[in-house]
Formats: sequence, structure tokens, C-alpha cells
Amino acid sequence: MSPSQRLDATFAALADPTRRAILARLSSGEASVTQLAKPFAMSQPAISKHLKVLERAGLISRGRDAQRRPRRLEARPLAEVTVWLEGYRQFWEGSFKRLDALLYEMKTKEKKGARTKR
Amino acid sequence: MKNSGTLKVTTPTDREIVLTRVFDAPRRLVFDAFSKPELLKRWFGPRGWSLVVCEVDLKVGGGFRFVLRGPDGKEMGMRGVYREIVPPDRSVHMESFDDYPGESQVTAIFVEQGGKTTLTATVLYPSREVRDAVLKSGMEHGAAESYDKLAELLPALA
Repeated sequence: MSPSQRLDATFAALADPTRRAILARLSSGEASVTQLAKPFAMSQPAISKHLKVLERAGLISRGRDAQRRPRRLEARPLAEVTVWLEGYRQFWEGSFKRLDALLYEMKTKEKKGARTKR
Repeated sequence: MKNSGTLKVTTPTDREIVLTRVFDAPRRLVFDAFSKPELLKRWFGPRGWSLVVCEVDLKVGGGFRFVLRGPDGKEMGMRGVYREIVPPDRSVHMESFDDYPGESQVTAIFVEQGGKTTLTATVLYPSREVRDAVLKSGMEHGAAESYDKLAELLPALA
């Protein structure tokens, strides 16, 4: 997968509330499919389908224990999404830096104006 | 005046982007800077881009028309229609770009405390796909801008 395709897969995986809840659960430690299915009113095959999407996006992986096959959270794709948001943030921060300077100028002008009126 | 890192960007739902930023000025001035063409022209747009067209009809049902021109002469147009205007407290408008499909709703709320203003701008997109496309283009611009800054810094380090 190209970086752009991977990002698409990450966002698609994160778009579902059940999948986000699964990730939230895994952020506090690995868990088996049975353990993950418990808090959701869902069948094990339905949960497995969500897990497959998360796995394809690289957001989770399977542990070594052959019987439990615990799933665990993978941090890297989430870090990539953060980088993406950071780019958007910088896009606006460039504008807002200039706005800071303009507001400073407007405030100074107002103060001077108030002084000459007195 | 160094204050990088003050802009927060979050994605609370699949279709939203929320920007939060504190400005060191009363909200009356911040609201003006966001709505008066002669002021908007001084700050709006990524580095190297200038606002060559900036028309604002600040009333409910009225709208705005912006055209940004980039360093390579490329132009980017956008327009909007105001839904709600309560100066200097809040404004709601619908916004669309000439080159992208879809219209987004932008709600801007200005809260003043101790002479400083916190702006919370919530952009609601028609779909997750449109939102992600916007984030993606932001990443490209943002990355280019940070490379520019790096290029500026390099001679100083050498």
C-alpha cells in the first residue's frame, strides 16, 4: 500500500464507532476476540469482521499465544493520522501568525486613538 | 512574538474538523479581522498566497467571495453564504471551494476572557470523504510551509 492508500485505510477503519471502541479497549492492553465481543451486543463473527478491517489498516496485530490469539494496538498508523492533522494545523497557523501581528497593530492604534481623544 | 502550538485541531466526529485558537485581543477586534475585507486581506491564506479578491456582504443571506493567488500564479476561489451573524459573539456560514465538490458549514464562536479571545471554529463537511480530502490538501500545504521554514533556518545553522 502507498502512504496515501494506507492513510485512506486508517481513516476508513476509524470511521466506525464500534471499531473506535475496540481500539479504546485495546489501548489499555491486549485482549482476545471473546473478551472484545463481550461489551458489545454483537456476535463473534460480527466482531471478527471489524477486527479484520482494523488489521488490514495495520491498527491492530495478533499476539503469539496460539490459542487466545490476543489482538493488540499498533501505534504507527495513528501516528500518521496525527502527522496529517499537524499539516492541516500548520496550514492555518501560518495565517493566524499574521493575524496575531495585525491584532497587535489594531490594539496599539486603538490605544493611541483613545489617548489623543482625551 | 513566539506562540506556536497554540492552534488545536481535532476531529470529534467523522464529518467535523474543530479549530481552537487563542488571540491576544478583545473579540470585537478579532471579529472585525474575520469579517472586514481590508483586514482579511492582511492575514488570510497560506504563506506566499494573497487574497486578490475579497468581497464581504456581512448580513444573513449575504455572502462572501474570496480568490487566493499562489506564488506560481495559481488561483483558488471560494464563496460562502451567511446563515447567522451575531457580532462579536458568533457567525455561521456555508462555504464551498470552486475546485472541490461539496459545501461545508462553518460555525465560529468568539469567547472573550481577560482581554483575550478564544476562537472555536467547527467545520461540518457533507461526508467523511470530503473532510479527509480537505485534510489531505492541508497536509500538502503544511508540509511545504515547514520545508520553507527549514530552508530559512539552514543558512543560520551553517
